Amino acid sequence: MNTNPNPAEPVPYLRRSREYYEAQGFEHAYRYAHHEVAPFTELPKPLKECTVGLVTTASTYPRASLEPRKIDSGTTTPPPARLYADDLSWDKQATHTNDLNTFCPIEHLQALSAGGVIGALAPRFHCAATEYSQRSTLEKDAPELHRRLVEDQADIALLIPL
Amino acid sequence: MPTVIIGSALDIVERCGVPRFLFVDFPLGNPCGKPWDKAMQQRIVRQGIGLFETIDAPQNTVFCSEEWGDDDWRGRYMEVNDDNRDELARKGEELRLRRANRQRRPE
Repeated sequence: MNTNPNPAEPVPYLRRSREYYEAQGFEHAYRYAHHEVAPFTELPKPLKECTVGLVTTASTYPRASLEPRKIDSGTTTPPPARLYADDLSWDKQATHTNDLNTFCPIEHLQALSAGGVIGALAPRFHCAATEYSQRSTLEKDAPELHRRLVEDQADIALLIPL
Repeated sequence: MPTVIIGSALDIVERCGVPRFLFVDFPLGNPCGKPWDKAMQQRIVRQGIGLFETIDAPQNTVFCSEEWGDDDWRGRYMEVNDDNRDELARKGEELRLRRANRQRRPE
């Protein structure tokens, strides 16, 4: 790990969200995913030969706030005109998500492909369903995302949670 | 499959434990750079993609040096104070009611 170049302290989201939900009267704090060890897979070939899959937590269609989320996919060429994220928790006071490339950087990955840094951008991007149930994520959503990435012949994946 | 995460919630991602992580210290919502700042976005995405080659062991966080510009958002997000405490309690009640009636995700 390198050191934080920013003199400001990173926002303590775990503590903030615990206090926020307590103030809303929820008895049990949300249990964030926790793993003592993380898996690690080496690059299968040089980066400049890899096809990159892109995964976002935004959606291809507008979702209502408590609507069940599902995995969805869209083409990278042409890229979507916009994606939807109003039902997700992000800082709606400080910023907006009208610029797709701030969280689903299709244009920049295409430029990296054109410049020979990566082999290619996969033909589809995928929208992960950020469900509260870690079991759903581990047993259903993650395998399905992996299946779609393999189907796209992606060698590696760039995951971008909002 | 090798992965890199570009994200802005340092403690949440590190608690989860992931293979490769580029931490961008921005308000949640724009981990790949400020809206419409294409040059900055390009630098962040390039740095993130670069981690596939430079990180050789899991649970490694790299801090991105890009700056948002102001720090006002840091204290404000999900803040609980005397001005919003009653409102949050009311919203919580409302949310529990709606959740009780929500459509279940099909199995």
